[in-house]
Amino acid sequence: MIAPGMTTSTGTPPRPTDQVSDTTGAIGVAQVTSPRATAAEEDFFVDHRVPAVRHLLSIADLGRDGILEIMRLSDAFAEVSERPIPKVPALRGRTVATVFMEPSTRTRLSFETAAKRLSADVMTFTAATSAAVKGESLRDTVETIDAMGIDAMVIRHHSSGAPLRVTNWVGASVINAGDGTHEHPTQALLDCFTIREALTARHDGEVPADLKGLRIAVVGDIKHSRVARSNVLAFSALGAQVVLVAPPTLMPASLQGWPVTATGDLDGVLGELDVIYLLRIQSERLGEVLLPSLDEYHWRYGLTRARADALDKDALVMHPGPMIRGVEISPEVADLPASLVTRQVRNGVIVRMAVLFHLLGSGAM
Amino acid sequence: MADRERGSTRPSGRVFVARSQVMDGDEVRRALVRIAHEIVERNRGLLGVVVIGLQTGGVWLAERLVTILREIEGTAVPFGTIDVAFYRDDIGLRPVLPEEVTDLPFDITGRTVVLVDDVLFTGRTVRAALEAFAARGRAGAVQLAVMVDRGHRELPIRPDFVGKNLPTRRDELVEVTEKGVTIGDLLTTDKERGVR
Repeated sequence: MIAPGMTTSTGTPPRPTDQVSDTTGAIGVAQVTSPRATAAEEDFFVDHRVPAVRHLLSIADLGRDGILEIMRLSDAFAEVSERPIPKVPALRGRTVATVFMEPSTRTRLSFETAAKRLSADVMTFTAATSAAVKGESLRDTVETIDAMGIDAMVIRHHSSGAPLRVTNWVGASVINAGDGTHEHPTQALLDCFTIREALTARHDGEVPADLKGLRIAVVGDIKHSRVARSNVLAFSALGAQVVLVAPPTLMPASLQGWPVTATGDLDGVLGELDVIYLLRIQSERLGEVLLPSLDEYHWRYGLTRARADALDKDALVMHPGPMIRGVEISPEVADLPASLVTRQVRNGVIVRMAVLFHLLGSGAM
Repeated sequence: MADRERGSTRPSGRVFVARSQVMDGDEVRRALVRIAHEIVERNRGLLGVVVIGLQTGGVWLAERLVTILREIEGTAVPFGTIDVAFYRDDIGLRPVLPEEVTDLPFDITGRTVVLVDDVLFTGRTVRAALEAFAARGRAGAVQLAVMVDRGHRELPIRPDFVGKNLPTRRDELVEVTEKGVTIGDLLTTDKERGVR
């Protein structure tokens, strides 16, 4: 199926190919200098790749139907992951490049594992060991990688919107693996899948249609969190009610247009939650004097033993990782059965297989 | 071509229009009973035999076959289903999406696998299934049972048990249900053609 709302490359500025084939004359540079391109030139300029490249930049690109489609596809890959040989040949011959301009191990490893389980080839680019430290621009970097012939580029960048810019420069499908304080869509997808899986187990294998009626609290540094943004969009698209919990300094200046409620009082909402989603406190932000101390944060917003006991007995505890024990969660709570943290990591691979297959393999273009 | 393929490949706005029925429900049932007997005869019983239905068109036929085999031999053969979307050779060329999650709750190594589908056409789905099996173990043997063999093979694949050999045109469609086997065409709807 054509995924609803998946971004296509229709906004791409003209490439050389467009100039040759364009008969409107508006940008017919090649036509002016050489009225008739020779066959060889023509062939050189013709882009042989499948034209309608699609990207995953934001949860908003998918919408409710797109999210549910990824969930359904993830069910099939969950079965693949249970096999003695958890690998299928679906993306044989395709190449996936991971381009990480910001430190990350789990997301990069998760994508690379997903690509390998689909039999795709993987190219790894990390900023620390590359020409980027020699001063190469992002554009030159991604164009170089694209020129080697890749089908998908998984990109993490410290600037919000960088992946969107990259879609203008490369022919590959671009997957946002976290951009600045903007979005981290695959994290939100794996979180939705993890909650859905927990609900399925609770209802004797009956898969819920969506997350309707669930009350989910997202706790922590909402302001700087791309995970929070993607999750708010995904959870609410699936019908959950989201409440944001943070100290005022870590709450966005405006929540206008967000389908959420907000509070600074974690204890006030604890008892009514189905899911508590803890965000990592980015201690590198402490320099901005947004928090008095990590201890005080733990005391007011951390999931302590006492708070864990105040939760509903069926409530789920989630964290995108890396988890800092003693800050957002106390060590003993992190190991309780209610904690889905390791399940989230496992499901990360499954959902990323679904995303890669959806963009490269389902042929839905 | 199984329902699974039609479901995901049928272009939007095009519908299956039945033209002629070639088997009725009773004939389908009798063909299944005959195939069941042939399976027992070929394998000298049901020792080591498992039945696997191809998602989605082969699944109900495989279920029926298991029931009939139990009636005639008194043994319950293991039953599973398989979706071969991830093993197809046309991924990226046309829409390929799994219809159902594969359910194979047993090891196929050393077993005699009877693979069941509704219609055998190009043979590409069966090839994908063979690759899927190979990734899970080394079956002792794989035998293919289909309700309809409509010809037009593109690969050297041959069924072991056939309900009916049915010559068709390439562009026709064959639909197999409990009510029978129907030949029809894929037609563009008026709406799609822009006819008011």
